[in-house]
This record gives sequence, structure tokens and C-alpha cells, in this order.
Amino acid sequence: MTLFYALIAIGSLALIFGLILGFAAIRFRVEGNPIVEQIDTILPQTQCGQCGYPGCRPYAEAIANGDEINKCPPGGESTMKKLAGLMGVDEKPLAGGEQAEPIKTVAYIREDECIGCTKCIQACPVDAILGATRQMHTVLIDECTGCDLCVEPCPVDCIDMLPVAETKQNWKWQLDAIPVTQID
Amino acid sequence: MDKLLEQIKKGTVWAFPGGIHPPQQKSLSNSASITRLPLPDKLIVALKQHIGANGKLLVEKGQYVLKGQPLTEPAANWSVPVHAPSSGVVTDIAPMPSAHPSALPELSVIIEPDGKDEWVALNKNKNPAELSHDELINIIHQAGISGMGGAGFPTYVKADTKQPIEFLIVNAVECEPYITADDVLMREHAKEVIQGIEIMQQLLNPTLCIVGIEDNKPEAIAAMKQAAEHNSKIIIQTVPTIYPSGGEKQLIKLLTNREVPSIGIPADIGILVHNTGTLFAVQQAVYEGKPLIERIVTVTGNTIHKPGNVWALLGTEIKHLLDCQGFSPVPQQSVVMGGPMMGFTLPTVRIGIVKTTNCILAPDHKELAEPGPEKACIRCSACADACPASLLPQQLQWFAKSKEYDKLQEHNLFDCIECGACAYVCPSEIPLVQYYRIAKVEIKEQQADKIKADRAKERFDARKERLEREQEERQNRHKRKPAAKSADEKQKVAEALARVKNKSDNGDEKSAVAAAIARAKAKKQQGEELEPDNSEVAKERALRKEQARKYKEQKSQTDESAETAPVDDKKSAVAAAIARAKAKKAAQALDNAEQATNEEPQSAAPVDDKKAAVAAAIARAKAKKAAKALEEAEQTVSEAPQSDTPADDKKAAVAAAIARAKAKKAAKALEEAEQTVSEAPQTDAPVDDKKAAVAAAIARAKAKKAAKALEEAEQATSEEPQSDTPVDDKKAAVAAAIARAKAKKAAKALEDTEQTQPQELQVDSAAPKSAESNTDDSSVLINADKPKSADDKKKAAVAAAIARAKAKKLQKEGNNQS
Amino acid sequence: MKLTMASSPHNHSHKSLTRLMLSVIAACIPGLIAQVFFFGTGVLIQLVLALVAVSVFEAAIMLIRKRPVWPALSDGSAWLTAVLLALSIPPLAPWWIIVIGCLFSIVIVKQLYGGLGFNLFNPAMAAYVLLLVSFPVQMTAWLPVTDLINTPIGFADQLRLIFTDFTASGFSLDQVRAGVDGLTMATPLDTVKTDIAHGLTVTESMQKPIFNEWAGLGWAWVNLGFLAGGLYLLKAKIINWHIPVSFIVTLAVCSAIGYIASPGTEPGTLFHLLSGATMMGAFFIATDPVSAATTNKGRLIYGALIGLLIYLIRTFGGFPDAIAFSVLLINIAVPLIDYYTQPRTYGHGAVK
Repeated sequence: MTLFYALIAIGSLALIFGLILGFAAIRFRVEGNPIVEQIDTILPQTQCGQCGYPGCRPYAEAIANGDEINKCPPGGESTMKKLAGLMGVDEKPLAGGEQAEPIKTVAYIREDECIGCTKCIQACPVDAILGATRQMHTVLIDECTGCDLCVEPCPVDCIDMLPVAETKQNWKWQLDAIPVTQID
Repeated sequence: MDKLLEQIKKGTVWAFPGGIHPPQQKSLSNSASITRLPLPDKLIVALKQHIGANGKLLVEKGQYVLKGQPLTEPAANWSVPVHAPSSGVVTDIAPMPSAHPSALPELSVIIEPDGKDEWVALNKNKNPAELSHDELINIIHQAGISGMGGAGFPTYVKADTKQPIEFLIVNAVECEPYITADDVLMREHAKEVIQGIEIMQQLLNPTLCIVGIEDNKPEAIAAMKQAAEHNSKIIIQTVPTIYPSGGEKQLIKLLTNREVPSIGIPADIGILVHNTGTLFAVQQAVYEGKPLIERIVTVTGNTIHKPGNVWALLGTEIKHLLDCQGFSPVPQQSVVMGGPMMGFTLPTVRIGIVKTTNCILAPDHKELAEPGPEKACIRCSACADACPASLLPQQLQWFAKSKEYDKLQEHNLFDCIECGACAYVCPSEIPLVQYYRIAKVEIKEQQADKIKADRAKERFDARKERLEREQEERQNRHKRKPAAKSADEKQKVAEALARVKNKSDNGDEKSAVAAAIARAKAKKQQGEELEPDNSEVAKERALRKEQARKYKEQKSQTDESAETAPVDDKKSAVAAAIARAKAKKAAQALDNAEQATNEEPQSAAPVDDKKAAVAAAIARAKAKKAAKALEEAEQTVSEAPQSDTPADDKKAAVAAAIARAKAKKAAKALEEAEQTVSEAPQTDAPVDDKKAAVAAAIARAKAKKAAKALEEAEQATSEEPQSDTPVDDKKAAVAAAIARAKAKKAAKALEDTEQTQPQELQVDSAAPKSAESNTDDSSVLINADKPKSADDKKKAAVAAAIARAKAKKLQKEGNNQS
Repeated sequence: MKLTMASSPHNHSHKSLTRLMLSVIAACIPGLIAQVFFFGTGVLIQLVLALVAVSVFEAAIMLIRKRPVWPALSDGSAWLTAVLLALSIPPLAPWWIIVIGCLFSIVIVKQLYGGLGFNLFNPAMAAYVLLLVSFPVQMTAWLPVTDLINTPIGFADQLRLIFTDFTASGFSLDQVRAGVDGLTMATPLDTVKTDIAHGLTVTESMQKPIFNEWAGLGWAWVNLGFLAGGLYLLKAKIINWHIPVSFIVTLAVCSAIGYIASPGTEPGTLFHLLSGATMMGAFFIATDPVSAATTNKGRLIYGALIGLLIYLIRTFGGFPDAIAFSVLLINIAVPLIDYYTQPRTYGHGAVK
């Protein structure tokens, strides 16, 4: 008889908690996977595909599913460190021995050599190249993420990846790097 | 409010926290009256001397300009013009080192004065009170006046403030040691400064105007008090000498006991601050019609013979200032623009002074302490005691060193005014300000990156959406059309392709074209997979491609003619483009071939050795062809310019550039080849000895060829300039340097291949057992190869040669079939 | 001649770390003189021993850490630690006491935490506590004032005592310490504490020959010596007034309250201020910048907490003096104090 009571008690408890849990699952349902969003905001959004995924979000999803955190060359070490912090995993050197401090670049089309093939336009993940068939193309420098994806498709190799120019605004006070002249 | 006004009128000054008392050193330069410099022989007028946008250039090279003639006109918001400081000829408009800590080049107008110093027609106003608000603002704007105290904020923007202004503060504190420019200005031109103040009063209508002067300038205070006697709304307030009382925020606290909110501007609390020099410039612009073309500069320091204040035209080289005042530099001389606390050292004395240059300081080593080595922070908090913004400099320093940017912002890094008080008192001589500046730039950059990343993401998502939408639309369109038709179109496309093939088959770039077609096919397949039966688009694309190809062919014809007839630049550029395209294709073909070589054996190995050998041979043949194509491409490039070179330097340079690009590619190909060499044997070795050997041989051969091609390319580059040398030595030198660098790379690459080879041999000898058990008839060959593998490169080469011959035949057959 | 580039500011106050540390050491001299005068030249022997020991340990550690030796040594921070430690231990303690103290303070408390600027605790005080806990007999073996010793011992004998534990005539330290009344002499603080525990009143206890009318004989002068040095440090703006003032005021207030509440068992304000290491603690130990609070408000709290703790431990705790314990305990609280006493940055909050 005791056994019977125990069974009833446990069973009803299980039922109540099951109901609570079920209700909570519906009531406090989380749309999407927030961790993916968080990872995605850390990634540099160059959409370059150097990680092996077609864009930053797919890589974010892959990281959420346990992929390595060190596959993002444009993000460099700082991104990797942030990811390590977020995911609670150990920091590790960038895959492929990439530079810790990636040099930021923008694409530059040598316009007199451009034949207007639109191949680069199709390749650009952020629509930062402007132009039309058989018209000269040009890069919107402010929108270019420096992903390199337009360089390969160009049939005449007229796209260069140039390092972002140093301005007074982004100059980092490297006094040693200023060429000093004689007092003449 | 009224109480505050009363207190101020009574002469109360409040205190700000912190502050330091560095040695003043003002007596060096404030005893003599202002002198006027002789006209320099060159004026370098930077287009941007203020915060805001550049003006639009109005002059061109060679143009004669009069003194005071505008060189730029305001184009955007916050842009103020610059004017010719003297009459003369614009000799150049070019980027010149700027008066900025980085000395990064800034577009400047270089004027050679003609000595006449002839003014443009000046529009004088006897009675500015009659001018309207907008007229006054326009005069100030067109006169190019921006804040002359330090930051260079456009004065017309401040003067046009829409917020109600309660206190107009005149910053005549000049708290930086050494500088006396404002001091002597007030002594000699107090009346004009007061007139400038009155113009501002007219514009802004403040309750009270407070002029703050440090108590170490009694003469200036007396002069100003006398000049302002008639105006009861101007109060001359004496403030104690403590650095940095001349900081805008500190002065506001001193004079009104108010604090500017961290993210606000003084106008938010009803206050506006102007510098004395600025007000003088305003007076000159309104009364005399003179734009801002000169300013008072203190030239001082122990290495200056006649330290004092001078009227210097904007754009005067610092060297001229130093020379005129007598300058005997000491070893490791530093020349500082601005004062010792906030000024910056200059990398060259060939920089023109700008609207914000108030001092040129050339100290010797005794007067200013040389920075000692940085020692450990002992958390003594002397910096916190000195900080006028009540920050915690030593905490900031820890965070800056460890790059904890969030923490830095939490600790209000951006409220730091970089006055240098903390670094001045630090017993460990830590360059605190330098750490903060770097951290600030890094934080700003990170913020900019974040914004950019967000935008990139947005654009990426928008693009994805657009592509999806387009695809959907295409599908919808397709649904309306019968499916049978698409097959028809396909055939058409195939025909078009065939036509194209026939057309291009006559050239010597057969393999390249074939490769291109193959690629096109592959792409088409891909395209079809992505967009099922979008035949219309495919057709369009094919047509486009065909057109492009035709276009190229035409170009290649012109290329040929280029060799015979003297041609213009454009043609050579076109030729270069074509050559580049060819080179690229060849390189790609080469890549493909290589991929084939290391892929095929893997898949074929278990089935049949012979087949593998054949495949390898085919691949080799392809590679050979590709390499040949590459060479040819290079030759055309190197030949074409050679015929032209005497005519044109530029072309040679272009050719060199092309050659360089190609060399790079070749090097890359070489590297890849090496990779295949090192990869292929490793994967294959356990399976088949022979294959490894063959592959290795192939790779070696390829590497050799590539190296040869590279060498040729280098020769080409190094030869071309030599023919030019009489024309241009410099270019030749540059080319030579490039060639040398390339040779180095090639040498390195070769070394690498050599390194990989010993490895291969090891693999070869490690695997003999599995090979011996092989009963295939080709094992005879293997047996012959393997035991002496270490010393038997020759045999491998022979085998490879045989294979190659076979492959050639096979390929021919293959070609015929296709 | 090439131009040199440097980051602003281009001037400096000429107050270097070395000068700072040497000034503090110099300010110890009045206290040192008093201590030598009343307790013999053994103090000087300890001082030399300590200076040599810290130099050796600091140099060794810098070599192991592969950093330049001289810059670390010449900043003077290790020497200051040596001076403070030598002044805190009994003058005739065996030589290994001070050596162990130096080893612990330099190697473990300072360098293992990352060197100067990174140590959480005051090195001299941490070493003192280690020694007190590990070698209580040697660490409490203070000599009575020289005047009260039966047979005053000379410099040679002091040297022998420190290095061999015996004088030339074979007396041990304990025998030397035996006072005129044949009883072992404790420090004034210790004596008062023990006497009160034995039911005597303070007045009765203070009748003993080791006291004068204010506090312990000699100790009062030593404290006054350190007070003079401390005032010099304040005058030279080497230390801020916040810590010593709040320290002394708190201790004075607490002891005054205690005296008013229970005059029989409380020795009074003056006794507290001029006994033990009060003045040295207030001006030389609590003000150690590395381990003290860094904000002005924080410093006031820091000093007050130390003063309070000293009074509490002296009155209710098991140890006669409490400078070291109090300082170390409040060192632990420094990060918290600093966090909650950050000054309001210009333009933040309280803006009209």
C-alpha cells in the first residue's frame, strides 16, 4: 500500500513538473539561437569566406555547433580572443599561421584596364562594386570589406588590394615611424 | 543665477582639481615687442588648417595670386577658406608634410612671393554695428578664421551658435610655459582685441563677457582693463597661474564654476569660449577686411639667439622663423610646435606654419628634461592628484597597456584632455599621455570597424535577399514557358560554343582557350545546377562571352601590329591587359594540370598503375603546354615594349610592372608545384612506389620549368630598363632592385623544392615491401627503380620521359576525339 | 644634425622614483638615530645585513627573470623595504631572522607578484608578520633601553650575539635581557597588556621602570623621531597627508574613547600614539604607495581603517602591537576601497 502511495505521489509530482516545464517551454520560448547572433556580431562581416563558410553568419552557426574559433583571418587575433571569451574555450593561434594583426585592405580597380566584364560585381558579397557591362567599374571604398573575393574572377587582373591609407584620424602615434630629416 | 553673476563681477574665481606648476620660462620671449619677419622665398599653405572639410581649390599651378586672395572656397559644412599670404606665383599644388604630430602629407599650395606684397582690394567697415548678423558671419567665414588657440574649430560656426549664450569667455590665459603670443598681442593690440570681443557680443548677445588672464601677465591685464573700460559688460578676470587653466573646460570651471557635460559642448551650458588671437583676427577681418593670413608666433628656447614674438605669414617655413631669430642647434635637437606640455615634435623644419601654430620651441637639453626610461608604476597616484579632469591616470594606464578598451571607456578615457600633467609628475616617467592617445585611436577604430561591420552585414543580407528574389522571379518566368524550348536553346548555346571554339582554335593559345571553354562549361553546369534551365540567361551570357572573346582577338591582332608599327600608349596598355589575361589563363591551366596530377593518381591507383601513369603523363603534357603558353605570354610582353622603349619610358615601366606581376604568378605556381611535390608522394607512397617516383619526377620537371620561366621573366625585366638607361637612371635602378628581389625569391623557392626532394626519396625507400608484393607487370619497372632510389634520379627521369611521350600521343588522340 | 621626436609633454618634474625612495629612507634617519641611541648599535648591524640581503635577493631574482639588474636595484624600493624591516625587528635578533625576512619580502611578496608596483601587500610588513608568526621568541626579544641593562654590552658583543647567539663572555641573549629586577623585559606595550591581564591597573603598570610619564622609556623618542621624518615627507610632498592624518586621528579618537570609558584598563591616547611602531606605521608603512589606496577619499578610509584595527588588536587582540597585521589586512581591502571611491570625472554627474 505504501508503495502505491509513493507511486501516486511521485507520479503526480512528475505530472505537475512536466506541465510547468511544458508551459515554460512555450511561454519563454527563445526565437532562434542567441549565441549565433552574439558570435555573428563579433565576426568582422567581411563575408570573405576564408573560413570555408559562405559568409560570416554560416561560420557563426558553425562555431555555435562546435567548429574552431581560429578560422577568421580578417578578424585577426582580437576576434579570436573575443570568440574564445564568448565560447569559453581556450585561445589558439590562427589557423594557417595568419598574421595576428591583419592589414586592412580595400579593393582598387585600375580603371583604364577594366574591360567591364561585371565578374567582380557578381563576386562582391556586399555590393561594393559599381559598374555595368562593358563600362568601367569602380569600388565604393567605404563599403569595401577587403575580402579579396573580386580579385580572382577578374580576367585582366586589374584589381589590386591596397592597404587602407593612413590618415590623421587613424594614425596611431607611431612617432618612431615618421621619417626624420636633418636640420638644414 | 544672479548670485553667480554677482560673484563673478566681484572677481571670484573658482578652482579646478589638480594642476601643476611647471617652470614658466615666459620671460625669455615676452620682453621684446613683436617683430615682422622678412618675406620668405617660399610659402607652403596647407588647404586644411582647421577641424572640418577642405575647401575647394580656386587656383591652379602657375597662377599669379595677390596677397589675401582666396586659394580655396568653402565647399562643405565646417569648411573655411585659406588665402594667399603674399602676392606671387603658385609654383605647385602638392601634398606636403603637415603641421600635425604625424606630419602626414596634406595638400598644400606652394607660393613663391614676388616681393611686392600686393593686397587684393580690401572691403573695410568703419562701423560694424551697422552690419547684420548674417553679413558679419559671412565676413568671418570668408576671412578663413578658425580657432587660433589649438583645435582650430571654425569660428563662424561658433559665432553663429543658435543656443542662448550667457557667458562669452575670452581665453587669454596662455597657461603653457614659454608661449607669450597672446600676452604680447594684448599688450600691443588690446584695443583691437576688445573690438573683436564687441563684434562677438553683437553676434551672440551674452549677459557677460569674461576675459581670463593668468596673474603672471600684469602688463596684459592692465592694457586690457584700460581698453575695456568703456564696456561694462566686459570683465577682465585674473586667474592664478596653474597649468592647465587655459584648457577650455578648466577655464569655464575657473571663471563660472560650471562644468561642460562630458558629451556636450560649452554652448550646452550657455558658454562660448574664444581665443584672444581669434578675436583679433575677427577684428581685422571686419574692420580692415583682411583675411587670416598671418599670426603671432613665439619663437623661443635656449638654442634661439633672439627669442621673441614675430608676425609670421601662414605658410612660412619653420626654418625661416628659426633662421631669422638665430638658431644654433644642439645634438639631438628637437623642435616643438606648440608648448612643452602639449606641443608636438617636428620631423622636419620644412613645414609651413598654420592658423593654430602659436609657438615654435627649440629647447636645449638643460631646460627641458629628457625623457628617462619608463619604470614600473608604483601606484603613487601623483598623476591622479595632478589630473585636472579628476581621472585616475594610473588605472587608465594599466587598462591601456592591457588593451582593455571597455574598461578604459568606463573610466572616462575620452574625458582626458591630454594636457600632460600626469606624465609631468610621474616619478616612474611613464609616457601616460602617449598610452592614452594610442588607446583612443584604437577605440575609435574599433568603433568605426563595428559600424562598418554592421553595414557590411546589412549589405550582405540585402544582397542575399536580392539574389533570392531574382532567382524566384526567374523561376516564375520560366514556369510560363514550355520546357521543350529550353532544350532548343541549349543546343544553340552549344553551337555558339562550338563556333567560338573553331574560331579560337587557329591561334597558338589552343590549350588556353580549351581550358577557358572547359571552365565555361563547368561554370555553365554550375549555373544550371543553381538556376535550373535558365537558358535565356545562359544564352545571353554565352553571347557576352563570345563578344568578349572577339574583342580580345581583335586586340591580339592589334597587338601583333604593335610589334611592327610604332604605337601609342593605349595600345601597349591593351596589349599588356591581353598578355595579362593570357598569363592568367596559363597559370590557371597550370594549376589545373597540377591538381590533376596529384588527384588522379590517388583515385586511379588501386585500379591500374598504367592508367595512372598515362593520366600523369597527360597532366604533365598539359602542364608543359601551360608552361609554354606562360613563356610565350611573357615573351610577347617583353618583346612588345622592347620595340617601343626608345620611344617611351612609360611603356617600359608598364612592361616592367607586367613582368613583375607575372613573375609573381610564376613564383606562386612554382610554390604550388612544390606543394604537390611534397604532398603527392606522401599520400601515394604506401600504395605505389612508382607513382610516387613518377610524380616526383614530374613535379621536379615542372619546378625546373617554372624556375626557368621565372628566370626569363627576370631577365626580361632586367634587360628592358638597361636599354632605357640613357633616358632614366632612376627607373633602371628601381627595376634592377625589383629584379634582384625577384631573383632572391626564386632562389628561395628553388631551395624549398630541393628540401622537399630528400623527403620524397625517403618515402620512396620506405615503401618497397608493399611494392614488391605487387604482381602487376609494371612492378618490374618499380623493382628497377626502388632499391637504389636514393641515387637513381636518372631512371625516374627516363621513366617520366617515356610516360610523357606516351601521354602526348594519347592527348593527341583525345584532342581528335573532342 | 637629426631632429629627435618625442611624445608630449616634453618636460618633467624631475621627481624620479629613486629620489622618492631615497627621500623616504632619509626621512627614517631621525627615528633610526633614536633607536640606536636607546637600543644600541645592533640596529645598525641589522640595517647593514638587511641592505646586503635585499640587494643580493633582488639582483638574483632579476637575473632569473632575465631583466636588467641595475634599474630594478637603483629605484631604491628594495632598500626602503630593508630599512623598514631592520627598524621593525629586535636589534639583537639572530642574523638569519633578518635574512629570512628579506628573502620573503623581496622574493615572495614582491617579485613573485610581478615586481615593484604589482605587490598586493607591503613587503616589509608581510615579512615582519611571517617572522613574528614563525619565530615568536626571537621576534619578541626586545632589549630594554640601554640605561636599564645590568651590564651594558658593547658593539663587539652585539655583533657576536647576532651571529653566534652568545657574547664573548658566554652570555646568551636571554641572560643579557634580564633587567635590573631580574625579570625578563618586555616592550612597554607588552608589559601593559600582560599587567592588565594580571589584574593590575594601567597606572600601576606604568610605575615600572621601563616607562616614563608618557609611554615606554625610549619608545616615545623613537616615535617622535619617526614623526619628525614623517613631517618632512609631508612638507616635501613625497607622501599625501590623507593616510597619516586619518590613521593617527582614528587611533587617537578610539583610544580617547576607550580611556574615557575605562581609565583603569586603558593606557590613553598619548601612550598609543607614542608606543610601538605607531609613527613609523603612520608615515612610512601605511603610506607605501604600491599597496595603499590610490584615491584621496580612499586614502582617508584606508588610514582610518588601519588606525581602528590597530586599536582593536592592541586592546582586544592577542598581540601587543598590530601595525603589521592591520596594514596587511587593510591591504586586502584596497581594491574594494579604490573601486568605491573613484572621484567624479569632470563633466560627469552633478552638472547643472
